[in-house]
Amino acid sequence: MKSEFTPPIGKITKIYGQCISLIGNDIDTDRIIPARFLKCINFDSLGESVFADDRKNFKGRHPFDLEENKNASILVVNSNFGCGSSREHAPQALMRWGIKAIIGESFADIFYSNCIAIGIPCFTLAKELIQKLQKNKDDKFLFLEIDLKKPLAKSKDLNFNLEIKESSRKMFMSGEWDATSTLLENENLIENKFTKLPYIKFNSSAYSNG
Amino acid sequence: MSQDTLFDKVWDLHKVSNLRGGSDQIFIGLHLIHEVTSPQAFGALKDKNLKVKFPDRTVATVDHIVPTDNQSRPFKDNLAEQMIETLENNCLEHKIKFFNIGSGNQGIVHVVAPELGLTQPGMTIACGDSHTSTHGAFGSIAFGIGTSQVRDVLATQTIAMNKLKVRQIWCENQLSNGVFAKDLVLHIINKLGVKAGVGFAYEFAGPAINALSMEERMTICNMSIEGGARCGYINPDEKTFSYIKNKLYAPKNEHWDNALTWWESLKSDENSIYDDVIKIDASKIEPTVTWGITPGQSVGINQQIPLLDELSPNDKLVAEEAFEYMSFKPGQSIKDIPVEVCFIGSCTNGRISDLRIAAKVLKDKKVSKNVKAFVVPGSEKVANKAKQEGLDQIFKDSGFQWREPGCSMCLAMNSDKLIGNQVSASSSNRNFKGRQGSPKGRTLLMSPAMVAAAAINGKVSDVREFIN
Repeated sequence: MKSEFTPPIGKITKIYGQCISLIGNDIDTDRIIPARFLKCINFDSLGESVFADDRKNFKGRHPFDLEENKNASILVVNSNFGCGSSREHAPQALMRWGIKAIIGESFADIFYSNCIAIGIPCFTLAKELIQKLQKNKDDKFLFLEIDLKKPLAKSKDLNFNLEIKESSRKMFMSGEWDATSTLLENENLIENKFTKLPYIKFNSSAYSNG
Repeated sequence: MSQDTLFDKVWDLHKVSNLRGGSDQIFIGLHLIHEVTSPQAFGALKDKNLKVKFPDRTVATVDHIVPTDNQSRPFKDNLAEQMIETLENNCLEHKIKFFNIGSGNQGIVHVVAPELGLTQPGMTIACGDSHTSTHGAFGSIAFGIGTSQVRDVLATQTIAMNKLKVRQIWCENQLSNGVFAKDLVLHIINKLGVKAGVGFAYEFAGPAINALSMEERMTICNMSIEGGARCGYINPDEKTFSYIKNKLYAPKNEHWDNALTWWESLKSDENSIYDDVIKIDASKIEPTVTWGITPGQSVGINQQIPLLDELSPNDKLVAEEAFEYMSFKPGQSIKDIPVEVCFIGSCTNGRISDLRIAAKVLKDKKVSKNVKAFVVPGSEKVANKAKQEGLDQIFKDSGFQWREPGCSMCLAMNSDKLIGNQVSASSSNRNFKGRQGSPKGRTLLMSPAMVAAAAINGKVSDVREFIN
């Protein structure tokens, strides 16, 4: 784990970094961060426990333990990455290990929205291209420059388009991925909505005597 | 794009605004919190100097970390004690209703909210837990969120989200005797795959769904997320309404009639449009058991674990990983695989009807001497009801351990864990690698009745041989 962690803040328009490949479909959030590490009241120490059980099994040969990957920040994965539990501890652990962006064939829904909410852009790419990136064994140090404006990625020899939900892309470009303040701008609309929902009336008496 | 489905109606009703990026701002009618995914959210509120906007719309309980043997405080596990204390303090500080241990209403959040009548048709319900989809059984739109979104709900009662597409899963005919909701949902996930639901809400419908009790419907919606759909729902009907009636937080007196009229209007219209429709024949389903490391890797009790060649290229990679991890062989029968631990409980199958059917199988029988078996009721209410009916005694007489309510070995955040590469027969929802507390532990998912049968025989068995 890298020593100094600073969470992302504000606009995210470009990401430059070394790729780290993790091969496998349906890698769930229990594997990214096993449940025993969820016994915490903050996220601070999660980075060192990312993929704890997988790494133990691989005895130092897991991609997250290889010396050559220690400065990597762009994770390249396969399909349905992050399925299972909604635990935000999973992307938090990846982020605290050093991951700043993820490129994959596909992502599970809740994992994807957790990543967006904490400032990790997730891009999708066709299977063939993912495999090409992952198999590039000679290229231990594949560095990519990701530009969210287009969005595209380029390296010394590669140049390809990335896909990302337009709403997510815009949020990163404008810095509004940290949604709380944007949501609060509509405080009047929220109050209005609250008074108009039919069930608020049905339940008001019940709530007060509970 | 879907039109006039229950999902469309409830989504549109709760839409607060179009956000600049293009996603919707959605009002959350009921917010449920627990000790694992909320502390950092309260911490973030503090950092941003924000208050809880509608404290009445959030309800808390404690479930993931609670011990199921000795629940006296302080807990033996310091970290677990710290987590429950943090939740207690946060609820006190922000005036949030908290159902603590011993209140009579504590339990797994997705068991508790329905049994208190908090879960109602037409609501949007969010919780920092992926199995929030459970509440869709009542015709609500319910989904799991992460901690940053928990923060957003606390601070604004809204979240930013893109509208989901809607897939109807039409279940024709009826489940046969000895086949349960768990078998149906495992079958659906097997047929559609674990990621087919990404970007979708699942509407479960058809004669086989209509015939299910509310608790069985919760089992179905609970596992939507295992098929990739963060939201699953069932249109409300008479069963829904009579389940809710007279519950603690159900609408009362004149409000009840108004509620009923409104709930009726929420159902998907007859000519509503879906993004996709899938048909399943429920009558063909057998008791179903998982053999691998995803909930999609399952077979009927009389089938063999598939050969690699029978699988699509996409499924092969995970199947190979599963064979290696589980030490099962392609082509091997699922029946008669020895089990060492049997677990009945969880938000999927820890309700009173689950305990009743398991007790029916276990009555006057003994758990195999090679098996450690335990039952964890889903809530204090479930536990009390079971005791009133004498179910706890049937479990104990058979050799099952009777425990206190909580999530327990579904995810093993307390001391209930598999050891080494033990095989468990489990009524829970996930068979991921290491899920049940041992990095090498092996989980076979099945219905609670099937877990009971496995406990008696010490191996995977067909429960129909016990109850027919």
